[in-house]
Amino acid sequence: MSRKTLTRRQFVAATAMSSAALITAPYVRGAYAAGKLSIGFWDHWVPGANDASTALVKEWGEKEKVEVSIDYITSNNKKIELTAAAEAQAKSGHDILQMPSWWPHAYSENLEPLNDVMEPLIKQNGEVNDTVKYLGRSGGKWLAVPATPGSQIKGPCSRIDLMKKHAGIDVQEMYPAGGPPKADNWTMETFLKAAEACHKAGFPFGIGLGETTDSVDTAGAIFQSFGAELVNAKGDITVKTDAVRQALEFYKKLIAVLPTDAPSWDDASNNKWLISGRGAMILNPPSAWAVAKRDAPQVAEQCWTHGFPSGPKGRFAPFLPYFWGVWAFGKNKEAAKSLLVHLSSPAAIEKFVAASGGYDLPAYANMTKFKTWAEEGPPKGTLFHYPDPYKQQTMSIAASPAPPKIAQQIYFQATLTKMALRFAQGEKLETALAWAEGECEGFMRT
Amino acid sequence: MADVVVEQGRLARAASPRKRASLRHAMGRKSTVAFFLTLPLILLIALLVLYPAFYSVYLATLNKAMTKFVGLSNFTFLFKRETFWMVVRQSCIFAITAVVFKALIGFIVAHFVHNIPGKKQRKWRGMLLVPWVIPPAMSTLAWLWLFDPSYSAFNYTLSFFGIGPIPWLGDTFWARFSVILVNVWYGAPFFLIMYLAALKSVPDQLYEAAAIDGANWWQKIWHITLPMMRNIIAITTLFSLIVTFANFDIVRILTSGGPLDRTHLFATWAFQVGIQSSDIPLGACVSLFMVPILAVAAVFILRDVNKRGNEA
Repeated sequence: MSRKTLTRRQFVAATAMSSAALITAPYVRGAYAAGKLSIGFWDHWVPGANDASTALVKEWGEKEKVEVSIDYITSNNKKIELTAAAEAQAKSGHDILQMPSWWPHAYSENLEPLNDVMEPLIKQNGEVNDTVKYLGRSGGKWLAVPATPGSQIKGPCSRIDLMKKHAGIDVQEMYPAGGPPKADNWTMETFLKAAEACHKAGFPFGIGLGETTDSVDTAGAIFQSFGAELVNAKGDITVKTDAVRQALEFYKKLIAVLPTDAPSWDDASNNKWLISGRGAMILNPPSAWAVAKRDAPQVAEQCWTHGFPSGPKGRFAPFLPYFWGVWAFGKNKEAAKSLLVHLSSPAAIEKFVAASGGYDLPAYANMTKFKTWAEEGPPKGTLFHYPDPYKQQTMSIAASPAPPKIAQQIYFQATLTKMALRFAQGEKLETALAWAEGECEGFMRT
Repeated sequence: MADVVVEQGRLARAASPRKRASLRHAMGRKSTVAFFLTLPLILLIALLVLYPAFYSVYLATLNKAMTKFVGLSNFTFLFKRETFWMVVRQSCIFAITAVVFKALIGFIVAHFVHNIPGKKQRKWRGMLLVPWVIPPAMSTLAWLWLFDPSYSAFNYTLSFFGIGPIPWLGDTFWARFSVILVNVWYGAPFFLIMYLAALKSVPDQLYEAAAIDGANWWQKIWHITLPMMRNIIAITTLFSLIVTFANFDIVRILTSGGPLDRTHLFATWAFQVGIQSSDIPLGACVSLFMVPILAVAAVFILRDVNKRGNEA
């Protein structure tokens, strides 16, 4: 039996060739040559809206030769949050996961920095608002890319007829379709007077005082319009300030004219309130209007989405962005980044907006004047001012500017609405403040 | 040395068939067979119950960022929180009130059903079990609609009597009442079926003898039914107490813990703290706090059951 000996030189050459072949193999073009990519997207509530995501991903996958799989995960009962928590614990899961507003910071240690994606996108699509920077960036590092699907402003959706009849406010004149707002007089004072008038007429504003996001977002925008912060950007507790007292006094007057069961409202309650025809206004993205189009067309054709009233410190709108994050432990990070660039192109963003009937909001400055918002109806132009095309509002999120990991606690423990409710239900102002201060001290835990 | 080796070899050879015989004997024993038959279940429990339980103990000892070990400081932090003590109080009120009412209703209805003759009894048993067999997440959604202040059947009906509208879930008292009511509705059939089984096992001769002695219905219940059912009552109460304490779905669907946190239980608050506020270690701590409370209850109830078992 002959035995061939391998020289050292031959061994080195063979090893080098094998290594080169292994390294270059994924880049050899063939079906799915660039590997696999697994994505967890938020399951859109608008029928057919997921199709836009699927089509865009498929288009990209075919072009880049990547085998893509998508899971649509519902936000009902915090399924997305649970998925994120499980994947972060297991250090395994989707390559890209769509996550709600606070989650990029919550999992900052597990997310791949995306500066190389975000910087060109900002150049291409325009600047992102401060809330997106606050939620999506940490110490100069982009933790995630703002996703158009699911991102929303929770501004007023008013009944044209009821506001005109009972509060003497013509919302269409104040926020005309196709033109800039004439809303100088649309202040917190006017808002409160309108709420009182509509309550008196039997059509109270439908504003929740519960612990879910709609209630908290409204409270956040109202507090910010008074300059009220529970914890400031440095992380100092600033509960016992005149601004907070002022905001609470305002809220107490407002609560007196809200539905009696508002403390137990969840995110569906205000929608039901508007669709049933019992309320003159809710603070919500146009989802309630969209459902009303199907279930109560006579209500839908009287709805008009517009800007938030302004307070002493400005006009703030609750903005809730979704993000696409790439796990640091993901297996195909380069492909994930490439897909995010594709999904954030102007053409893709316009498709998302059209597929959602105008519900989805891009975070970029140059993306607020698509024809979908101008043309959606009835009544035509009802969504024109939804994306704040004239930049009259400051996009904000409740509990900001506190450091995000503290703000997340304030937000999800609904400290703002609870404090307002305590005061409105008879607790002394200073007692309610002391309670909130104690809560915030607890949130400082690291 | 050689002798010893030979001796050892002989010894080893002699021991081998004995070992095989004892192994065969062990395998033939009923307890060994039983152990192997239950092994899949034991492994399943270890995987799905013990591992998560120990993992949550581990999580509870980490800091919020889950980067370092902090011992028991999460627990000491919790003890200083006003909301935590409110949750402890509420969980006790919720569990005790609900279990008492479930036991009471189960006991009364079990007697009614017990007295229904033959075939009809089967129909009633089936119907009364319906609340217990419907998945609670579904039935609670129906209750959520019933509690709607504006459009619900409850407030609509009450309006004919000039009552209401009652903010079932918007007011602290009514919200607590509502979550307990739904829990009682859901859990009472379990007590009913257990008590019915216990009632059927009480020998009729005891009642006949008592009747001859002139005992009235109350004396029969007090001196015969209750003593005969004591063990089943204790076990059912313990079981229900554990399940009720750990309840999540009813509160989560009806109130999410509101208004003003006044309906939060351990599980719902743990979810809010751990998942929604991304503080998993603190959430684990909150849920673990149920263990000592339930352990104390279990020790007392099971000790009592054992004592009576030994007496018997």
